[in-house]
Amino acid sequence: MEATKYTISMLVEDKAGVLNRVASLFRRRNFNIQSLAVGGSEQPGLSRMTIVVLADPAQVEQVRKQLDKLINVVKVTDLTDDDMVARELALIKVAATPSSRSEIIQIVDIFRANIVDVAAGSVTVEVTGDEDKVNSLFELLRGFGIKEIVRTGRIALTRGGASSKKIPSTKS
Amino acid sequence: MKKTGAQILCESLIKEGVEVIFGILGGAILPVYDAFTQYPQLRHILVRHEQGAVHAADGYARATHKVGACIATSGPGAANLVTGIANAYMDSSPLVAITGQVARPFIGKDAFQETDITGITLPITKHNYLVSSAEELAEVVKEAFYIARTGRQGPVLIDIPRDVQQEEAEFIYPDKVDLPGYKPVVKGHPAQVRKAAKLVNGAERPLIIAGRGIIMSQAYAELKELAERAQIPVVNTLLGISSFPQNHVLHFGMIGMHGLDYANMAVQAADLIIAIGMRFDDRATASTANFAPHARVVHIDIDPAEIGKNIRVDVPIVGDVKNVLNMLNKEIKVNTHSEWLSLLNKWQRVHPSLLIRESSELLPQYVVRQIYEATQGDATVVTGVGQNQMWAAQYFTFIKPNSFISSGGLGTMGFELPAAMGVKVGCPDEMVWSIAGDGGFQMTIQELATIAVENIGVKIAIINNGYLGMVRQWQELFYGHRYVDTRLWNPDFVKIAEAYEIPAIRVRHRDEVIPAIYKAMEYDGPFLVDFMVEPEENVYPMVLPGKSLSEMMELPRPKRVSKAKPKALARS
Repeated sequence: MEATKYTISMLVEDKAGVLNRVASLFRRRNFNIQSLAVGGSEQPGLSRMTIVVLADPAQVEQVRKQLDKLINVVKVTDLTDDDMVARELALIKVAATPSSRSEIIQIVDIFRANIVDVAAGSVTVEVTGDEDKVNSLFELLRGFGIKEIVRTGRIALTRGGASSKKIPSTKS
Repeated sequence: MKKTGAQILCESLIKEGVEVIFGILGGAILPVYDAFTQYPQLRHILVRHEQGAVHAADGYARATHKVGACIATSGPGAANLVTGIANAYMDSSPLVAITGQVARPFIGKDAFQETDITGITLPITKHNYLVSSAEELAEVVKEAFYIARTGRQGPVLIDIPRDVQQEEAEFIYPDKVDLPGYKPVVKGHPAQVRKAAKLVNGAERPLIIAGRGIIMSQAYAELKELAERAQIPVVNTLLGISSFPQNHVLHFGMIGMHGLDYANMAVQAADLIIAIGMRFDDRATASTANFAPHARVVHIDIDPAEIGKNIRVDVPIVGDVKNVLNMLNKEIKVNTHSEWLSLLNKWQRVHPSLLIRESSELLPQYVVRQIYEATQGDATVVTGVGQNQMWAAQYFTFIKPNSFISSGGLGTMGFELPAAMGVKVGCPDEMVWSIAGDGGFQMTIQELATIAVENIGVKIAIINNGYLGMVRQWQELFYGHRYVDTRLWNPDFVKIAEAYEIPAIRVRHRDEVIPAIYKAMEYDGPFLVDFMVEPEENVYPMVLPGKSLSEMMELPRPKRVSKAKPKALARS
């Protein structure tokens, strides 16, 4: 079956080794991680991970279930079919001469990106958006000479008022 | 009152009902061993190798339905547990392994006998812990036992730095666990149960495949009720042996690579598979592409991740097998399935699968059969891995629930002796036979010392063919008879046993078999019989690798009976 990109969002306990458990599971079950982003969540003691996997539907079902079996994983949601907001942040360091700098600034403006650092021979652009937007900007800037790029990988939430259920703790 | 980490561990183990712990000590676990003197109610059995400890705990757990416990020191001690932990993980055996770790300030410094055992065992434990303070130890032990015995059972490892064992903390044993990410589903979903019942009630050729989940859930009566009410034939996986009495009229044997002809034929002809507490292992299904081609599948399992993993399922029911069967049985209509059953009975007559051929040599199948005859099935059989395992599975008639204990998933040679030791310790009144191959026996042979010293009365049958027999069979069949390094030079096992002060005899001829078995059984204590069997006997039937269950190599017989074709039954 055709492999497509799936976006999986997880709430995990903020404990030592949890990232390792998740990564190890992907390696052991031969699942392919495209990107992984992790940070704090709205609930103390829990982090939210967004993982993009390249898989077919049966595989992604296995990914979800196997992740759910990890004791430190509190909740796994496949956001792929939901209406979701997905963003990625990239920093792009572009070679810039006095003559090309204004052209770069114009492109950056069109993309509603920001210039966050300017040096003698380069500018660093910060762009936020979905992967297509980041890719398009990257393509346009490529002609000027890309010195370095760093991307965060996708982070995502469902659209609208729905929120992950509060995870009740049995501890008082 | 403050207690040391070591005392907290012992107190917590007692709170969890641990009576026996198998282990071997070393520097990083010394504080715990020192504390053992204060807790005589914890019986420690000193093994001779850590692999022996973990297999023993595994055997103990399987036989008693309690959580097994084992303990080892850091570094090599912990690393030696790995095979046994992987074995327990594959067969969902509940155990808690405790390891010493170097003191906290030394962690990450490549200290003497330091190894990252939580890292190593990450993919082969249900969960594991590196304990960072004595204060959290009681909670960790509570969680570990809870995780090991609930849901889909499995091994949990607790790694305790030496200085945590010595550190003092207040001992308060928690009365419940707080695991927001762990909520096993045990009740079946009523709507799914109704859907399954509808399929069962409508099926013409239903077949139950019984797995080890029935044994773990102790759902013997519920399974019997389901089978008898609707007259549904029952086959089983290797580890499902002894979930359903093999002398029952509805029982049709083991499926899989070395399953019986008629069991495999039943799978291929069925129009409904009711898979209970099993995971469609490749040795059970053979080629999945052509597995049960005419059947819809109802799959009952406690682990949601097993649903649809290997086989497409029509109606999954996640839950504890006993609960689900109780719900399901209420919806099942009485049926006879007489046509289907008479067909299976005919196949059983035409393809008997379990004939023992005429031979002047001592045949392994005959040995197993005679152990059954002598015990009348009132024994627990703990097997090794390979030919001995398959003959034990085929030629012993398992009537008593949970009387077959074997390493199914990992296929760990050497499991048999230490696991049998654990079974006997857990069930001292049980007749326990360890059926070993001569290859596997030498992989954990050192536990003869433990058995001798602790006077653990297991009866050891070595099916000695002088080969790594199953591998030799593959070399014969698929590698042009080139027996590369499968021939074994063996020591004199009788002398070895005697050196350990375990009485032993050697059997070379058929007429010596029965007296030897009785002698072993009548002896009060461990006993070894070295059966010198026909060296190149093969295990049949056999489904060749990559083939489907329909394509079996049958036991070669002088007179061939024409083969009934299950395909003729298929609806066009």
